[in-house]
Amino acid sequence: MGMSHVVDRRLNGKNKSAVNRNRFLRRYRKHIKQAVSEAVHNRSITDMEQGEQVSIPSEDIHEPVFHHGAGGNREMVHPGNKEFVTGDRLPKPDGGSGGGSGEGQASDQGEGMDEFVFQITQEEFLDFLFDDLELPFLVRKKLKSADSYQYVHAGFTTDGTPAKLNVVRSLRKAYARRISLAGKRKRRIRELEQQIAALEAQPDSDDPAFSRERQIEGLQEELDELRRQVKRIPWIDEIDLRYRQHRREPKPSTSAVMFCLMDVSGSMTQVHKDIAKRFFILLYLFLQKNYKHIEVVFIRHHTAAKEVDEEEFFYSRETGGTIVSSALKLMHRIIEERYPSDDWNIYAAQASDGDNWNDDSPICRRLLEEKILPMVQYYSYVEITPHEHQALWEEYETVQANFPDRFAMQQLSDASEIYPVFRKLFEPKTA
Amino acid sequence: MTKPISSGSDWSFELIEEYDREIARIAADFGLDTYPNQIEVISAEQMMDAYSSVGMPVGYHHWSFGKQFMATQKGYRRGQMGLAYEIVINSNPCIAYLMEENTMMMQALVIAHASYGHNSFFKNNYLFRSWTDASSIIDYLMFARNYVAECEERYGVEEVEAILDSCHALMNQGVDRYKRPAPISAEEERRRQKEREEYRQEQVNDLWRTIPDMGGDDDPESQKRRFPAEPQENLLYFIEKNAPLLETWQRELVRIVRKIAQYFYPQRQTQVMNEGWASFWHYTIVHRMYDEGLVDDGFMLEFLQNHTAVIYQPPFDSPYYSGLNPYTLGFNIYMDLKRMCENPTEEDQAWFPDIAGSDWQQTLDFAMRNFKDESFILQYLSPRVIRDLKLFAIADEEGDDAYEIKAIHDDRGYRRVREKLARQYNLSYKDPNIQVWNVNTRGDRSLLLRHTRVDGIPMADDDTQEVLKHVHRLWGFDVVLESVDNGEVKERYRMPPEGGSHNNAA
Repeated sequence: MGMSHVVDRRLNGKNKSAVNRNRFLRRYRKHIKQAVSEAVHNRSITDMEQGEQVSIPSEDIHEPVFHHGAGGNREMVHPGNKEFVTGDRLPKPDGGSGGGSGEGQASDQGEGMDEFVFQITQEEFLDFLFDDLELPFLVRKKLKSADSYQYVHAGFTTDGTPAKLNVVRSLRKAYARRISLAGKRKRRIRELEQQIAALEAQPDSDDPAFSRERQIEGLQEELDELRRQVKRIPWIDEIDLRYRQHRREPKPSTSAVMFCLMDVSGSMTQVHKDIAKRFFILLYLFLQKNYKHIEVVFIRHHTAAKEVDEEEFFYSRETGGTIVSSALKLMHRIIEERYPSDDWNIYAAQASDGDNWNDDSPICRRLLEEKILPMVQYYSYVEITPHEHQALWEEYETVQANFPDRFAMQQLSDASEIYPVFRKLFEPKTA
Repeated sequence: MTKPISSGSDWSFELIEEYDREIARIAADFGLDTYPNQIEVISAEQMMDAYSSVGMPVGYHHWSFGKQFMATQKGYRRGQMGLAYEIVINSNPCIAYLMEENTMMMQALVIAHASYGHNSFFKNNYLFRSWTDASSIIDYLMFARNYVAECEERYGVEEVEAILDSCHALMNQGVDRYKRPAPISAEEERRRQKEREEYRQEQVNDLWRTIPDMGGDDDPESQKRRFPAEPQENLLYFIEKNAPLLETWQRELVRIVRKIAQYFYPQRQTQVMNEGWASFWHYTIVHRMYDEGLVDDGFMLEFLQNHTAVIYQPPFDSPYYSGLNPYTLGFNIYMDLKRMCENPTEEDQAWFPDIAGSDWQQTLDFAMRNFKDESFILQYLSPRVIRDLKLFAIADEEGDDAYEIKAIHDDRGYRRVREKLARQYNLSYKDPNIQVWNVNTRGDRSLLLRHTRVDGIPMADDDTQEVLKHVHRLWGFDVVLESVDNGEVKERYRMPPEGGSHNNAA
């Protein structure tokens, strides 16, 4: 016959839905921005290059059509009759009048059926984040570019394509789940079996209340129920699945250390800290594009400085005054002890609301000019305040005049104003 | 005995062509009349694209297709969803998709199912023959896509999206159920589009010329004059022609959605017949191939496993139950028709005297051509199939505190089960019956829609109110929907809601 025409279309028209997907993302950008913002709050600053799960209330994306509601008289045909005969009457469940078939079980991922849940990609995540930061186009491109990257194995994740399923991991998870769900019951089953066997071996009691048969019957009932429960545990479940994850890593083989300095005195609110976090994230993303290995040191200070982990850095609260130089001194000490500047490219990002003890600000300037700046690649400072500047800002202005290439500062009240402080950093190198 | 065409699961283009050649030969041998086939091999990603554009090989852009795509993608990634049989386009040539991940057996199954089963149904069923034009649909969709893109450029994506949203909400009320429309043709559309633009605006102006007419409201003569003279079932058509405030390009968008709704309408009416037909033929053709030695035991085993999954019908009390599986119902009816032809029983002689013992190919061919789901079931659902599926009818009456079993698979019940099941597939029973009832042409220009209740079944409140917002957007003035039972208004929905009245005219 030969009427058919077989065509290989695999190479053209990939991603035809991209436009429609973008339309969707655009329409629901408020929801997505919210999710991205929450993710920024919850994630480590070193963990931004990942997609994010976004959920939108189903009613918000519902497309209504005219349809019938509950009520009226219906007669429907269904398959699979077992024992009904004509004329049988089955009481309606309380309150329900419609003939719903009870579909829609909640999924085991904890997402309710009334949420539309989807994944945005790494790239989309960064785009939303960069929107927030109002990054210029070229800078976005640079931060997202994959030119000098390689994909490396980066652990496992619970979401992925079937091609990336890791069977061994998934089965191991399933095994662990089965053990944890069945272990206790199985132990009890063994006990019961032993008890029954023991009873069977004993002579029967004369007292009918303690008759062997009666006792065995009770135990047997429990045993059957337990066996049924164990049988119901699925052999593999969706929550067991593990997928391989890959992450892009840059090829350059040098190392960098990034110092995050933040004032945590009482006047820094959580809003200030969330803005500061974006500031640190942006620097980190930049470093990630340029260095293979990056370490991050978190130093918080009020009147005294302390090296802390990220969690404590962003989320624990302190009160009291402010001595900025304490942090600079600690940073200097850490560099000398752990990060010799011959081996490490050193970057620093400092965030504060500008408060400092007046006598301390000149000390900060001297520390920066004499000890720290000679060792670092770039030092950025943001002052998160809508108020008048104080002594620290003025001293830092002098520093900036003396070190225009490696010291940058910016006052801001919003995340969108962060970028200029890094402008020099992102400028194309002329070498 | 011939040698099997291949063994193992790997496919190649050569093998696909060879299987297709054999399947085409067998199909022709069985008398299947088909459009030429275009079989496209695509990736899983592309299959998801195809899924989400609701079967349109070229679609205009819209966020809702993006939503579909994301839902599909998620289902697929989680492995909840196979992507195999479904997509075949009612076009000439008939386009069907094969996914590259599939085994050779699956490719052959899809070819038999889609490229010969569905294909012959599209070409010969009377609804498709009279309501769709397979040779021009792709062209028309191209025209629609370009037109929408042009509008987006000119009037902005959001403006266009808003109109499309509103039209989509009325898609089910955008078809002529009884009148046969002219099949769409892209060339004709393009040629006439200019003409229409001018004519259309004139026509609309004509209708509204008399307004405002001071005091006209109270004139009993004009009160009596109704517009439209007869109630109209096609809301989108009515809006396209008569909405007072729509721009010409907006009317064209309404028309596009309406035309596409009309194109898909036969598919909604023939789900059971169409899927049943395609399943019957993949089953029959592959068995013939096995008999001829063209496929081996391994192929057959895999095939049967897949086939069984496709036509599996969970019972009503299963957690997987979500209504009757159209594949199962249709497949069972066709298989039983064939059985009645070849091995009639006494029961068949009594119930189907014309069919029992007749030529099965002719009988099935006739059944495929001349019916839609509703009439097909009414005509052909046999006691045997009712017994096999253990069908029963259950009544849920308002005010009764219990459901009642009205009929089961026994002598007393067959006819009732058949009648009730047929009715279940009647779209004018399934979709609420809503008509354009009247327009206040001399007063506030409000649009009155009427829902006629069947069996006292009301509208769903929330969505009705939501859809009315869309009608209001298109109409531009107040919209009222009355839900009427036996001539008595039971419920009245308004947009804007009672109290506030405004229009977009300002």
